[in-house]
Amino acid sequence: MKRFVYVNDDDSSHELYCDNRISNRKYTLLNFLPKNLWEQFSRFMNQYFLLIACLQLWPLITPVNPASTWGPLIFIFAVSATKEAWDDYNRYLSDKKANEKQVWVVRQGSKKLIQAQEIHVGNLVWLRENDEVPCDLVLLGTSEPQGVCYVETAALDGETDLKTRNIPPACMGIDSELLHKIKARYGYRGVMECPLPDKDIRRFDANVRLFPPFLDNDVCPLSIKNTILQSCYLRNTEWACGVAVYTGNETKMGMSRGVAEPKLTAVDAMIDKLTGAIFIFQIVVVIVLGIAGNIWKDTEARKHWYVLYPEEGPWYELLIIPLRFELLCSIMIPISIKVSLDLVKSLYAKFIDWDKQMIDVETGTSANATNTAISEDLGQVEYILTDKTGTLTENKMIFKRCCIAGTFFGNENGDAVKDVELLNAINTGSADAIRFVTVMAICNTVVPIKRNYYSASGTVLYKAQSQDEEALVRAAASLHMVFVNKNSNILEINFNGSLKQYEVLEYLEFTSDRKRMSVVVRDCDKGNIMLLSKGADETILPCASAGHQTKTFSDAVDQYAQMGLRTLCLGWREVNEAEYQDWSFMFKEANSTLVDREWRVAEVCQRLEHDLDILGVAAIEDRLQDGVPETIETLRKAGINFWMLTGDKQNTAIQIALSCNFVSPEPKGQLLLVNGKTEDEVCRNLERVLLTMRITKAEPKDVAFVIDGWALEIALKHYRKAFTELAILSRTAICCRVTPSQKAQLVELLKSCDYRTLAIGDGGNDVRMIQQADIGVGISGREGLQAARAADYSIGKFKFLKRLILVHGRYSYNRTAFLSQYSFYKSLLICFIQIFFSFVSGVSGTSLFNSVSLMAYNVFYTSVPVLVSVVDKDLSEKTVMQHPQILYYCQAGRLLNPTTFAGWFGRALFHAIVVFAITIHSYAFEKSGLEEVSMVALSGCVWLQAFVVTLETNSFTILQHVAIWGNLVVFYIINWIVSAVPQSGMYTIMHRLCRQPAYWNTMFLIVAAGMGPVLALKYFRYTYKSSKINILQQAERVGGPILSLGNIEPQPRSLLDSDLAPLSISHAKNARNSVFEPLLSDSPNALRRSFGPDFFHSHSPYSRNKDM
Amino acid sequence: MHSTFPLKLSYQPNHPQITNAGMNQEVTNGASKSKRNSKKPEYSRFTQQELPAWKPILTPGWVITSFLAIAMLFIPIGLVSLFASERVVEIVYRYDQDCVPEMYRGNVTSYIQNPLTNKTCIKNVTVPKKMAAPIFVYYQLDNFYQNHRRYVKSRSDKQLRNADDAFSTKGCEPEAKLSGNEPIVPCGLIAWSLFNDTYNLIMQKKSLDINKKGIAWKSDTKVKFGSNVFPKNFQSGSLIGGGKLNQSIPLSEQEDLIVWMRTAALPTFRKLYGRINRDLEAHETITVVLENNYNTYSFGGQKKLVLSTTSWIGGKNDFLGIAYLTVGGICLFMALNFILLYVFKPRPLGDPSYLSWNRNASRH
Repeated sequence: MKRFVYVNDDDSSHELYCDNRISNRKYTLLNFLPKNLWEQFSRFMNQYFLLIACLQLWPLITPVNPASTWGPLIFIFAVSATKEAWDDYNRYLSDKKANEKQVWVVRQGSKKLIQAQEIHVGNLVWLRENDEVPCDLVLLGTSEPQGVCYVETAALDGETDLKTRNIPPACMGIDSELLHKIKARYGYRGVMECPLPDKDIRRFDANVRLFPPFLDNDVCPLSIKNTILQSCYLRNTEWACGVAVYTGNETKMGMSRGVAEPKLTAVDAMIDKLTGAIFIFQIVVVIVLGIAGNIWKDTEARKHWYVLYPEEGPWYELLIIPLRFELLCSIMIPISIKVSLDLVKSLYAKFIDWDKQMIDVETGTSANATNTAISEDLGQVEYILTDKTGTLTENKMIFKRCCIAGTFFGNENGDAVKDVELLNAINTGSADAIRFVTVMAICNTVVPIKRNYYSASGTVLYKAQSQDEEALVRAAASLHMVFVNKNSNILEINFNGSLKQYEVLEYLEFTSDRKRMSVVVRDCDKGNIMLLSKGADETILPCASAGHQTKTFSDAVDQYAQMGLRTLCLGWREVNEAEYQDWSFMFKEANSTLVDREWRVAEVCQRLEHDLDILGVAAIEDRLQDGVPETIETLRKAGINFWMLTGDKQNTAIQIALSCNFVSPEPKGQLLLVNGKTEDEVCRNLERVLLTMRITKAEPKDVAFVIDGWALEIALKHYRKAFTELAILSRTAICCRVTPSQKAQLVELLKSCDYRTLAIGDGGNDVRMIQQADIGVGISGREGLQAARAADYSIGKFKFLKRLILVHGRYSYNRTAFLSQYSFYKSLLICFIQIFFSFVSGVSGTSLFNSVSLMAYNVFYTSVPVLVSVVDKDLSEKTVMQHPQILYYCQAGRLLNPTTFAGWFGRALFHAIVVFAITIHSYAFEKSGLEEVSMVALSGCVWLQAFVVTLETNSFTILQHVAIWGNLVVFYIINWIVSAVPQSGMYTIMHRLCRQPAYWNTMFLIVAAGMGPVLALKYFRYTYKSSKINILQQAERVGGPILSLGNIEPQPRSLLDSDLAPLSISHAKNARNSVFEPLLSDSPNALRRSFGPDFFHSHSPYSRNKDM
Repeated sequence: MHSTFPLKLSYQPNHPQITNAGMNQEVTNGASKSKRNSKKPEYSRFTQQELPAWKPILTPGWVITSFLAIAMLFIPIGLVSLFASERVVEIVYRYDQDCVPEMYRGNVTSYIQNPLTNKTCIKNVTVPKKMAAPIFVYYQLDNFYQNHRRYVKSRSDKQLRNADDAFSTKGCEPEAKLSGNEPIVPCGLIAWSLFNDTYNLIMQKKSLDINKKGIAWKSDTKVKFGSNVFPKNFQSGSLIGGGKLNQSIPLSEQEDLIVWMRTAALPTFRKLYGRINRDLEAHETITVVLENNYNTYSFGGQKKLVLSTTSWIGGKNDFLGIAYLTVGGICLFMALNFILLYVFKPRPLGDPSYLSWNRNASRH
């Protein structure tokens, strides 16, 4: 299927293709209500609540006013509907703004200013500098004589550098005044043959054919290079014009827009599970009570004449009592939990956005939580999969060393640019050295910025897509080979004051499969044609001419890789005119194919790139980011496993891994290589590694496996099971030479083993992994913002990951764990009381509490105090950072699981018994009015919950005090007000109660009887069976010895906490409290401790070896 | 030609199609830099989660002290409450069995449902201790479910309040209307089952006055029961429930009904019958002449006559006192236990050697 675009045809395409109206809206005015309601009701919880609310409309069974459910339900629905509507309205506004933007379009042969939404396929669109491109265009002309223009594609792929776009060769040299005369009618014709709209922003395989009067009526190939896509900006170019080929929602941008799948956190899953359990419990209770109620009715109630049960009931008679209990028990599942959770989650996200300590000082980027719903998962991360370049490293490439024709430069002073010998070699005219530097300067796609030919310091500004290339060009410039100007195909090089010109004949582009790029240039002085190539050693060295000695170069590559440097091999050869002409024809043909163009181009390139004369090896340093080793060490101590996934070479990857604490060096660490090109080799390797892993499992040894992309491909395809086992056994892995899709596959593999994964990366090649992982973190770095855009969280530097996980993740998990279980607790509490009351009301399903109380209990009395737990901190940030092992409690889900929930369930039951028993005994006989008993029980619940929150709060800020005690005051104020309303059922009740000493006595009794055992139990566990969190709390607040960090002795992972990565105390010299002194020196390991850091430091000399 | 182009000096990098929050950071150009910087959060202790906080921990001192304090507070209160409850003098006399004549013992229901049988019953009770005025007279019903779902909702507050709302009998079924669609006032099961035993007390041959005025809550007589609402069609249906009402007295003055309609939360309850405004000396004998009209026999309910004085905690109720003593005692016991534990098995708080990762390190 193809699309034919007739250039500047006003009429023919109107019906065929859509206009340029952009619509991101989800709803219209008419369908908003039904569509939104339908979406909301697709959730189980909402269906459940709707069913309950509908049942309540039946007065025969409802225990309370239906408003007590309808009110909150409508409120919740209104809130989320309003949010949706607001979002959609904003989308509408931004669409409208984009649609009504004025653009210049040729209409009836003359330029007219129209709205962007009126553009049709085939229209000629004119753009000025800094204009936004309104739809996908194929360039026809620009202000530049060479037919190039520069665009910024940040909105599309996040890359902030400028990209060059060319007009198709066929349109070269068309007079700008003539351009808008290209028309479908009147004899002038231009037809474009384009593929159907897709979302691939890197490909556009099309053809254009222009008919007379334009000379060239051949088919001319079009590629993505000839397009400017919607939402890019035109830069550094006075004007450009192009033909609209895709419009509206059919543009590349429009097609790639998609709604990401919402991610569900482990905590959410656990809450859902617990909700399910409660639901089942509720059904059981309803069935039991329903049967009991029916039996009581048939045996007892008929004797109670005043109830006047009819002899013959309707057919649904048996259902009435169970349904009543269903309604009574429906409050077991708190309707408020979703709202509260959404609220606190958005606050967690805000805390991340607000965090001053996560602002990157250099660039001023603050952390950003795009996904506000998954903060808890940060605290439960088990695996971190990280990219290397730009994530661990700074992605600031600096040319450091080189090896030219067997001579090493830069080895002495660590900087080849300043190496006197190299400068001498260049100045004396050593042919190899000059060629080497020439390749550095020319073999690239760098653009010297036009307006700043020379800045004040005399250096040229370069805009490059690849950081490596920029580093090489800069280095060449410092070696007196200055790339000064690029004029269409003519490159100007200023070498030691003399200007040399090269004409670029072809670019053989870099692709991740080819791993090399070449240019074919003609020396304008001598007229000879040269092929200059650069690329990874394994793709360049095999192309060396036969007999050429490549041993020194591969040694050099190894040596540099050992130092953690990135290496590029440079080569060249002369091409004779005839060979070039033949090849050039093939290359053009390959370039104009519509199918599999990339593959065919690569094949043709291969035909030229052979018999290279290897010039040397350039080594580029990519420095580790600030604080990376410390961050990794801390997070590994927290029990998080690190996997490094990089496209880089094995040696480079291993070196970086060593220098950033990924693996310990020998003898403590051990690297197991999984290599191999065939299935058999990989299989054997895998088994060998697995065996070693199993053996060393018991030892506290740091074992990591290293696998390359090729072996990984085979392992994932044929030995998935073995590889999965390896993945589980290994705390650390280094995967080199992996493709973006393999990265995503690895994430998928770990996820399938039920691990919480976090993927962190900075470039476009990490996007898939970031989207795949449970949590995606993007580094807003130099490779653009593509990763940060796709990610759930974006941070400025890798080191902020520590704070993101240990502080924000951990607090979020702890807070949500408390909040969710508390929500169930308070609902269960009041529900149990209702159940107990049914035993003294003839199992008839009477509600003890009135509608107002029930509603207010859920909405105000119990939800406000607990909401302030979002500022609760169990441990100070400093303590957590010092003892990252404490994260284990979150990872293992120690604070929210069926066991802890059972504790809260038991507490609810116990408190319900306390409240109910005390209430009915102290308000017995003449005081047992329904309204009074109800109010006393409710007050008891509210008092108890205030103390429960108090007991569970670790740090009291002013907010906690206000919320907890203020809430109690508000409870009385509300009830006083309601008691003053004559129409209400509880008229004067609260006034009476508050005057009775017995009421206050009852309250104190409920609090003491309810909280006493809880406090005693908590104290006992806190002191004699303390968890690690408790110990740290005590240490923190008693002011005991502050433990310092020891070394890291990682172990194979295991779920026993005794197997947590152990840590030794290196010293406890400072602030040692006298109380603890004897214990410390008595303990058998006191001697070991006194060795202090020196003892262990001897093991880790590789903490930073970048300057080796 | 170019001058006719709309001139854009600064550009907005945010493409409107993306409503992604991350967009704000995407361009590092100067134009957006100032904007982004202004978006940077202002420092506040709340946003940085650095609000000053009081972080108490459960130290032995704190916990033991609070348990001791509760014990010290609760035991005296318990004693005082118990003392107050003990001082209340209470006469409870169960008459439902005694007041059935011998001949009807085998068939109590037919006795109580037959309007022709003589229901009068004369019994004697003795005052155990001196009872100071005012003495409250209650009737107590056991196993009577005023809180039953069918019963408790069977009333119309609107009808009781206002004479014009006689027809609003919603919720009163099956005692809402007569067969002729005439509304019953007051409607509903609660009113229909009005308690109708009566008591007359005679002491030393003289009638002992029971003051039945002001037994209902002021708020009820003033607001909830209208002074212009008169009983209508009450107890005139085919089924007769409990007591009848004088049609010429407005509801607001029918205090027995008002008291009865304050439904009880528990199946055992007392309702105020009247007050005796004089002291009763110890060992005095009171003759009770009662009309045993109300049917509790069919469901095995009990009827009791209660005469009681009052104290600051209300009527006689030992529960609060005993509960206070128990809680106080348990707290004292716990405090002592914790002290012993603290002395004999001390455990320093925050000892780092209890951290498992530290322990592990020592093992290697």
